[in-house]
Amino acid sequence: MSSYKIIDHEYDVVVLGAGGAGLRAAVGLSEAGLKTACISKVFPTRSHTSAAQGGISAALGNMGEDDWRWHMYDTVKGADWLGDQDCIEYLCKEAPRAVIELEKYGVPFSRTEDGKIYQRPFGGMTKEYGNGTVQRTCAAADRTGHAILHTLYGQALKHNTKFFIEYFALDLLMKDGECKGLIAWNLNDGTIHRFRSHITIIATGGYGKIYYSATSAHTCTGDGNAMVLRAGLPLQDMEFVQFHPTGIYGHGTLISEGVRGEGGYLVNSKGEKFMERYAPKAKDLASRDVVSRSIAIEINEGRGIGKEKDHVHLHLSHLDPKVINERLPGISESSKLFANVDVTKEPIPVVPTVHYNMGGIPTNYKAEVLTVNGSEKTVPGLMAIGETACVSVHGANRLGSNSLIDLVVFGRAAAKRAAELIKTGTPHEKISESETEKCLERFDKLRNGNGENSTADLRLSMQKTMQSKCAVFRTDKTLKEGVEEIRKAFDGMESISVKDKSLIFNTDLVETLEFDNLIRQAITTMDSAYHRKESRGAHAREDFPKRDDEKFMQHTLSWCDGKETKIDYRPVHKSTLTNEVQYFPPQERIY
Amino acid sequence: MVQINLPKNSKVKKGIYYKDKTGSKNIRKVNVYRWDPSSGENPRIDTYEVDMDNCPSKVLDLLNKIKNEIDPSLAYRRSCSHGVCGSCAMNMDGRNGLACTKPHSEINGDINIYPLPHLKVKKDLIGDLSVLYKQYESIEPWLKTNKKIESTEIIQSKEDRAKLDGAYECIMCACCSTACPSYWWNGDKYLGPAVLLQAYRWIIDSRDDERKERLKKVADEFKLYRCHTIMNCTNACPKGLNPAKAIAEIKKMLATA
Repeated sequence: MSSYKIIDHEYDVVVLGAGGAGLRAAVGLSEAGLKTACISKVFPTRSHTSAAQGGISAALGNMGEDDWRWHMYDTVKGADWLGDQDCIEYLCKEAPRAVIELEKYGVPFSRTEDGKIYQRPFGGMTKEYGNGTVQRTCAAADRTGHAILHTLYGQALKHNTKFFIEYFALDLLMKDGECKGLIAWNLNDGTIHRFRSHITIIATGGYGKIYYSATSAHTCTGDGNAMVLRAGLPLQDMEFVQFHPTGIYGHGTLISEGVRGEGGYLVNSKGEKFMERYAPKAKDLASRDVVSRSIAIEINEGRGIGKEKDHVHLHLSHLDPKVINERLPGISESSKLFANVDVTKEPIPVVPTVHYNMGGIPTNYKAEVLTVNGSEKTVPGLMAIGETACVSVHGANRLGSNSLIDLVVFGRAAAKRAAELIKTGTPHEKISESETEKCLERFDKLRNGNGENSTADLRLSMQKTMQSKCAVFRTDKTLKEGVEEIRKAFDGMESISVKDKSLIFNTDLVETLEFDNLIRQAITTMDSAYHRKESRGAHAREDFPKRDDEKFMQHTLSWCDGKETKIDYRPVHKSTLTNEVQYFPPQERIY
Repeated sequence: MVQINLPKNSKVKKGIYYKDKTGSKNIRKVNVYRWDPSSGENPRIDTYEVDMDNCPSKVLDLLNKIKNEIDPSLAYRRSCSHGVCGSCAMNMDGRNGLACTKPHSEINGDINIYPLPHLKVKKDLIGDLSVLYKQYESIEPWLKTNKKIESTEIIQSKEDRAKLDGAYECIMCACCSTACPSYWWNGDKYLGPAVLLQAYRWIIDSRDDERKERLKKVADEFKLYRCHTIMNCTNACPKGLNPAKAIAEIKKMLATA
């Protein structure tokens, strides 16, 4: 592998990913005086945080009484009790401060009449532990993610964060179970870079692209998750994939839950507001898994709309055009562009679409990565934040607007923890060359692939398998077939073809490396789903329609070596962090 | 007489012709600018015959189809596919725009696709935006406030917040700046419409306490006054924003200050 030019770097901390979580961490690390590098395969403002629309949750109480404990209860219930309540307590308690901090950074939040941050209703967000809706979701029109991402990039510039942009990360550098940095490929000039760091923070986002139809960006390939798997560490709760109820039919573009928050509603082909039947209290603002399942049932029972009866309609034309213009301008634009619909006159055709991964790299509330070896242990030198992490605050189903808050609360927590752990100026240990060699061997093998399978074909086959065998509703039969079928796409890599052999902006190879990352996550998702024989949150088994707290009040852990997986479990944390709130014991989940 | 020599590799050659293999009756020709820095060869225009019966509506779909089914070596940036990340800005049919929001049905005849104009090309359709990013840094795009309240937000009226509309939505795709002849000519010193729109976004934010300093910083014959109200920027913006107006507002503020 001597043919590759390797450039070495030493940093206190390396942050991989420059979306909302990565940037917030980088800002905190720079503030703490740690020598920090932030590596990203895209320019920071291209990250998928920019696509978040509706808002960021925090019990500010700007629109009426609110309490972080109510937010916590809603999140626990939304998570179908799979969330770790110590972590959820931390998230909800820290949320108001995190939003105020963003406002101080300059986020252009929408405003109330008295000039405070505007908050809108969102699915599953209630007052007094499930008794009535609350307005908790802070919004910058329907471009909240865009506004936050650009503001955080500005803050990172203010703090002189050192960026490595359009670098594609390949693998972690591990030594005796500890993380010592990572290796990345500079797309700009084709060189290989070895970053040594005391702590590596993974913030690479979700892996929605294992599915055919997703609101996720092309770049949502979960690269960090796959690096963790290759380092011999487990991923957690991978079977929990959120289908957003309202992706534009045929295109998959997200239509914010904010539309229903502002008064929009769903109807079937009979013109019925069907959510009234499934969630008599919350109706269209039930949590996402519930609404997505309800739509799927309407379609399965023949009440879908269109020639194929395969979607439903989202109405908002009854809303005041002024409200649409002020609070939902972005979705008006998307609806026009991708469904040719004027939302002030016509409904939007929508269908449940893959949107978010609750699963990912297991961490505690300090963002330290966990593994299980006899008992729960942290992995020294490794942290994860944002969608790539499974803290787990979202458990089996995330509430809308809880993801943006997750990014900034745990981005900050990671920086804080790193500052506690690292003594600046500590020298870096020597690591053997074998880690680098192993990494470049895989890189070189894929680069020189001269087989007959195109990356695009293998990716399509994986995506179609996930879409048909691991969808909103799952059964033993579909999953068993899926477990076998998904491995065919993996086997196809043996004779993969990469046409472009160059090293500068070789996007053919980038996509091949991304496929290698995706397929490992597809396998762990499918296998984890197969082994969870209950229904909980986003994981709905037709053959096991009930939640089984006795057997499955546990996080799934999945290791993956090639196409072989190992499945194990770790108990959900059954206590809170402090005495300021009591543990919420499991209840039946009705909206 | 001044002798102007263009570099050797500026000559664009005719490239490879990819004939349709699907047997489709509904074919369009797509001409794409190609350049690989590792090859040492001149740029070329490759032509792809694309089966339009099985191609969704946007130019990005067309490029994805070429990359997935005909030629995986074609390089371009792309991410969100719905006009919010700004990655896939390029020149299509002679106009700058986002490939993911531009319908190919709006283009008559052969479809010509080039990188954004007047940028150094890194490869194929990927342009080098590093100068623009540096200029963005130079306007210090963060809130500067002397207010010391910790626990609550800074109050901003709805009216003051509304002033940010039309400015904060910018996705930094660079369609406007690379459509501006003034920026082509003086791109190293003139900030260009994209960056000036962002400068304006902070100048008019009622929460910011350094409005005067910000104005002073851009009041420079090159940074600001190279704008000659050609208006290409506003014409090019795929988000329907009006950078030309923002620049005019800055000039007005300076004139009346």
